[in-house]
Amino acid sequence: MSLQEIVIQQLFNGLLLGSFYGLVALGYSMVYGIIKLLNFAHADIYMVGGFCSLTILTFFGKTFIGNRWLGIVISMLITMIIVGLLGVIIERIAYKPLRNAPRLSLLITALGVSMILYNSVMVITAGEYRAYKTGLGYEGFSIGSVFVTHTQAILIVAAVALMLVLHLFITRTMYGKAMRAISMDLDCCRLMGVNVNKIIALTFFIGSMLAASAGMMAGVYYGSLHFFMGFVIGIKAFTSAVIGGIGVIPGAMLGGLLLGLLESFGTQIPFIGSEWKDVFSFSILILILIFKPTGLLGKKESERM
Amino acid sequence: MKDKQTGLQTVVDKKAKKIDNPFVELIDKFYVLFDNKRVRYSVLAALLAVLLYLPMITSMYFMEVMTNVWFHVVVCLGLNIIVGFAGLLSLGYAAFFAVGAYTTGILILHYGVSFWLTLPVSVLMAIIAGLAIGGPTLKLRSDYLAIVTLGFGEITRLAARNLDITGRATGLVGIERPTLFGMAMVKINHFYYAFLILAVLAIFISYRLQDSRLGRAWKCIREDEDAAEAMGINVVAARLLAFIIGSVFGALAGSFMAIKMTAISPESFLFTQSVMILLAVVLGGMGKIPGVVLGAFAVVVFPEVFRGIGKYRMLIFGAVLLVLMIYRPQGLWPERHT
Repeated sequence: MSLQEIVIQQLFNGLLLGSFYGLVALGYSMVYGIIKLLNFAHADIYMVGGFCSLTILTFFGKTFIGNRWLGIVISMLITMIIVGLLGVIIERIAYKPLRNAPRLSLLITALGVSMILYNSVMVITAGEYRAYKTGLGYEGFSIGSVFVTHTQAILIVAAVALMLVLHLFITRTMYGKAMRAISMDLDCCRLMGVNVNKIIALTFFIGSMLAASAGMMAGVYYGSLHFFMGFVIGIKAFTSAVIGGIGVIPGAMLGGLLLGLLESFGTQIPFIGSEWKDVFSFSILILILIFKPTGLLGKKESERM
Repeated sequence: MKDKQTGLQTVVDKKAKKIDNPFVELIDKFYVLFDNKRVRYSVLAALLAVLLYLPMITSMYFMEVMTNVWFHVVVCLGLNIIVGFAGLLSLGYAAFFAVGAYTTGILILHYGVSFWLTLPVSVLMAIIAGLAIGGPTLKLRSDYLAIVTLGFGEITRLAARNLDITGRATGLVGIERPTLFGMAMVKINHFYYAFLILAVLAIFISYRLQDSRLGRAWKCIREDEDAAEAMGINVVAARLLAFIIGSVFGALAGSFMAIKMTAISPESFLFTQSVMILLAVVLGGMGKIPGVVLGAFAVVVFPEVFRGIGKYRMLIFGAVLLVLMIYRPQGLWPERHT
């Protein structure tokens, strides 16, 4: 392969990987911005989303809807709603009672939720990989000699579209305005008559919805699911959120795409083989936290007094 | 108005009832009894005597479990210094005993160094690891620290998987067991005693640390960081020390683990291992030494007693973490009422 083809290939891989990271990172960033919680369970929501959509799609495959594009779109919508509600339920049961508790308790609770989610799925699937069968073919088009399937191209477009819709929602609607206000000062919002609990629930709903869609896209792209698939992507999505500046919505998208590109080009460097891929991204996380903890688009803020 | 008053009354009643809880009263009496130095030392001496005598009367399986308990007591007390005393959430604690285990393993296997000489090296490596991970990140917010330690734990495991010196995925096999005063350490009973001594040392050091100037500084930082800083406590130095001491505990336990198992692989240091240790610390009540010892005992013995739960084990652990944090964040070991 010529250098140019490698660049195109890796650019494409990076964008695809990056859009998954970005979608998951949005949930981390939104929740962190609003209640200052590092939601460990978010990565597992992504995984649950993958499995949930697989179940629905398998069911559709037997009916007239089929498991081609129509089935995929419908099952994605249903998955997003179900998993979004799961996110809201988790918030109600696990995080709401602890809203004024010390940070440490909240973090440990999130860890507990994460363990419950992935171990439940592990028990259900017996810890095995599940094939993600769709009716999509392998047709596609070529850029130079790099072959891209229609599925891959559509996944990128869909991910970017979701991000744009979210961006419009946050910047143009009343709910979005309320979210931004809460992330600035929760108590003040309550005094101003904002229904804080409702907005927090909405945040969890949207965040989980996006993570679920990413989980489904990952299933379609990789062709298999595993109960532990959320763990590594969780750390990477968090890295993306931190790169862009945690709590900043466009930052999470930018960070995701950036990390995806860094990773796919990073594995091309001779000393960093693909087995060092994860180490590479974790190192980026640590370096960013040390040298620029506010991220690329973040503002400097002092810790709570 | 009247309703509100009666409502308030029931709240007060409930609180009064909580204190009248017979279990708590029993614990109180136990504490009062325990305050008497003579009673305390005789109870502890009797307990130690039983523990020392245990290998003579029980089966090998039981010894294996008990050795595992002492190992967990050491690592849990180590993590307790970081999480309980200093209030820093660390999710990659397994990395610290991986450092100890691999240091000892590599030195014995590749360089033929005596086990006892690898211990100081292992401590040194632990200090370096503690500095490397704690140094740059301790000034950050606590949740960033949690994710950095998690990342660090994974980096350590992945590095062990991919490096030639650590034996890649197979790990190190055939680590030679040492001799002590001309006697080869081969039987499980030898390791039982070794880990018992380590555990007793760890408990002793933990108590001494808790009551020291440093221990009080940790407590102060945990309660209110800004106030602590205003009082002239060097917050970063105190936290860094917590990290280093905690990692030394872990590394020493790891070194002994390496010679007990004679084989170590990257899969011995998974994220779930770190979580299990954290659970033990939380279960007993963060920062309370007897509680942490009991917590370590519980996480080891519980899966042994309930063999049937097998694959549900981590699921139950997760649920326990969640329920504990919501209903009893102070841990199972009740606080003393005075």
